[in-house]
Amino acid sequence: MPDFPFIFDTMGKLLAALPTTLELFILSISVGGVLACFITWARISPYKLLSLPARGYIFVFRGSPLLIQMFLVYYGLGQFAVVRHSIFWPVLREPFVCAVLGLALCTAGYTAEILRGGLIAVPAQQIEAARACGMSGLLLLRRVIAPIAIRQALPAYSTEIILMMKSTALASLVTVWEVTGVAQRIISQTYRAMDVFLCAAAIYLVLNFVLVKLTGGLEYYLTPHLRARPTSLSAGLRPLPPPAAGDASHG
Amino acid sequence: MDQIMLLGFGTKGWGGMLLLGMVMTFLVTFTALAIGAVLGALVAWARLSRSRLARFGGEAYTTVFRGVPELLVIYVVYFGGSTVVTSVGQLLGAEGFIGFPSFIAGALAVGVISGSYQAEVYRGAFQAVARGEIEAARSVGMPTLMRFRRIIAPQVMRFALPGLGNVWQLSLKDSALVSVTGLAELMRTSQVAAGSTRQYFLFYIAGGVLYLVMTSLSNQVFDRAEARVARSFRGGLGRG
Amino acid sequence: MKALTGIAVGVLTAAALTVAALPASAKDWKTVVIGTEGGYAPWNLTAADGSLDGFEVELVKDLCARMKVECKLITHDWDSMIPSLNAGKFDVIMDALSISDERKQVIGFTDPYAATPASFAVLKDSELAKQLPMNGEEVKLTGDATHDKDVVEKLRPLLKGKAIGIQAATIYSKFIYDNFKDIADIREYKTAAEHDLDVVTGRIDAAFDDATYFLSAFESPENKDLTLAGPKIGGPVWGEGEAFGVRQSDTDLKAMFDVAIAAALADGTVKKLSLKWFKVDVSP
Repeated sequence: MPDFPFIFDTMGKLLAALPTTLELFILSISVGGVLACFITWARISPYKLLSLPARGYIFVFRGSPLLIQMFLVYYGLGQFAVVRHSIFWPVLREPFVCAVLGLALCTAGYTAEILRGGLIAVPAQQIEAARACGMSGLLLLRRVIAPIAIRQALPAYSTEIILMMKSTALASLVTVWEVTGVAQRIISQTYRAMDVFLCAAAIYLVLNFVLVKLTGGLEYYLTPHLRARPTSLSAGLRPLPPPAAGDASHG
Repeated sequence: MDQIMLLGFGTKGWGGMLLLGMVMTFLVTFTALAIGAVLGALVAWARLSRSRLARFGGEAYTTVFRGVPELLVIYVVYFGGSTVVTSVGQLLGAEGFIGFPSFIAGALAVGVISGSYQAEVYRGAFQAVARGEIEAARSVGMPTLMRFRRIIAPQVMRFALPGLGNVWQLSLKDSALVSVTGLAELMRTSQVAAGSTRQYFLFYIAGGVLYLVMTSLSNQVFDRAEARVARSFRGGLGRG
Repeated sequence: MKALTGIAVGVLTAAALTVAALPASAKDWKTVVIGTEGGYAPWNLTAADGSLDGFEVELVKDLCARMKVECKLITHDWDSMIPSLNAGKFDVIMDALSISDERKQVIGFTDPYAATPASFAVLKDSELAKQLPMNGEEVKLTGDATHDKDVVEKLRPLLKGKAIGIQAATIYSKFIYDNFKDIADIREYKTAAEHDLDVVTGRIDAAFDDATYFLSAFESPENKDLTLAGPKIGGPVWGEGEAFGVRQSDTDLKAMFDVAIAAALADGTVKKLSLKWFKVDVSP
């Protein structure tokens, strides 16, 4: 029989750590998102001086496990006396800041590639047409490029932020105790691995389900041209396939 | 100088152990990808099916295994697997506990997760196959299996390749979590080396670099494969 | 759906198993599988050729010879050590495992083969290094608030407002929480190595852990600026000491180990190995 008082108690302790998980998540995808815009801009630049470092950044942060990145950001940076005596140290000595930084640096690499994928999908003719109408610079970006690129990138980005939600678990490596960390601590006190992990799983499942629905709704909102179809035409036919890119483009 | 010795292949060097760890990481990931391919194909088929129950089951599978932390899936398979194997063993008259090998548990767990991502890749790829081609095949009288083999499968494989490359990289890094089952793959070997020599940064950086080596090598393999299958297709617009 | 069914099957079989496993314990122990971390120097560590070494590894070889059984050592991750013992992956845990009431609820213990004091590690040039009272003195605490009051009251004023690092879910974390939670900032780390690194960087002012662990860790060049400070705290506050963990149903295996450990303690083998690996005698 499941031990309900224990499960109830565990759930309470895990939910108490939920704000930490959410703070880590929101801050890291925001910081990572801004960073990713700069990296994408550098990556698609025609100047090697910009595009090569961006390529290198994406390669390193996508190609190695986050656990190792987090360890090096938190414990590694502090090894250098230069860093410890710099003006950044009061900020960098805080575990929470390092956890956000570690997560943001990693997600920036992935997000930059996803954004680039979205930009590639913007048809050159549309940009030319917009230029022909006299649009340029920010107006072109805001009216034409960004809406199409974001729409294209959204399925892949939704996968990425779900992965980030799960990745916040690594913050406990740097003494920030979020949901998974607390779960592991309860296990090492009670050794009831299955009960505790199932409670934690339920929390992440709900969080990610909400994320899927939110990004799904946003996608629906951004693609009016794919849904309003005259019934007379589509009767008896299968709906048009969505864009071919599978949404598992996180890698 | 001592640090270079520690990474070398001499009697004091961890080079050999780290390479073995890399081989193990590769084997776990490869087995997981194969298991995931079977599961992913089944789930993709369920999600595209006309049966509402199958669609629901397929969707539940992808939601659960993409939504739950990877570590948890590994724990459930590892400990759940042990208890199942042991009780089956006892039914058959075996005595005491039967361990569930770490390798199988790890590959199965990563495979189950990989299956949920692969299902999405196959689904997207199937939907990208032009309807007209399938209808044309049907109208010239191709039976279902032949249609699948000659028309659908080759195109799905081609459209799925870039997505599969991403899933491979994802699984490669998920396999690092299998270290909790005691399997001596790259991550665990790096950690054991760090703990035994107290050279934490050296071995974490070495581990990270070896993962980068594996991802860049596999990137090249996938790029070649994509170029290879692309030869038999007309250079479509925007497919580059 | 599939996942839920899978989990349900797992949980049910786990429940069935706990009942079914009990009678299977009457086993003739010819080979014993021992699980160890292989990365917790100097207790147990892995050499570059993959072979195991360390205080416990040498000790268990001696014990197995005494018991006339064949021992097979396998390495396993610390995080899932106890569940893996109960899942049958190995028969014995050997990983500087302290006897504690919480652990006693899920596994059995042999008699202890070591009992180590705990202490603070600080930076050599910090004020704590100079000012923590009773430096190097060995004190015995019981875990009883009135008994331990003297020592705790002397430490409290100096630790006020400081950040103390501990390893999560160890016997030491309870002690630090119980006595200093209201005045100090307590941070929990996953491994001991990590709190050492943070004392070096100055993120925390002190770490509290096993003194033998610290003495060995200080030999690493990264930790050259660290030193022990304050009293070496031992006694019943840490329970009975470090012992082998066995499944609760394997009482015969526990009995075999108890006899062998008693013999190794009596003829000085434990002391000899302890001096070799820790440079101090840790026999209980």
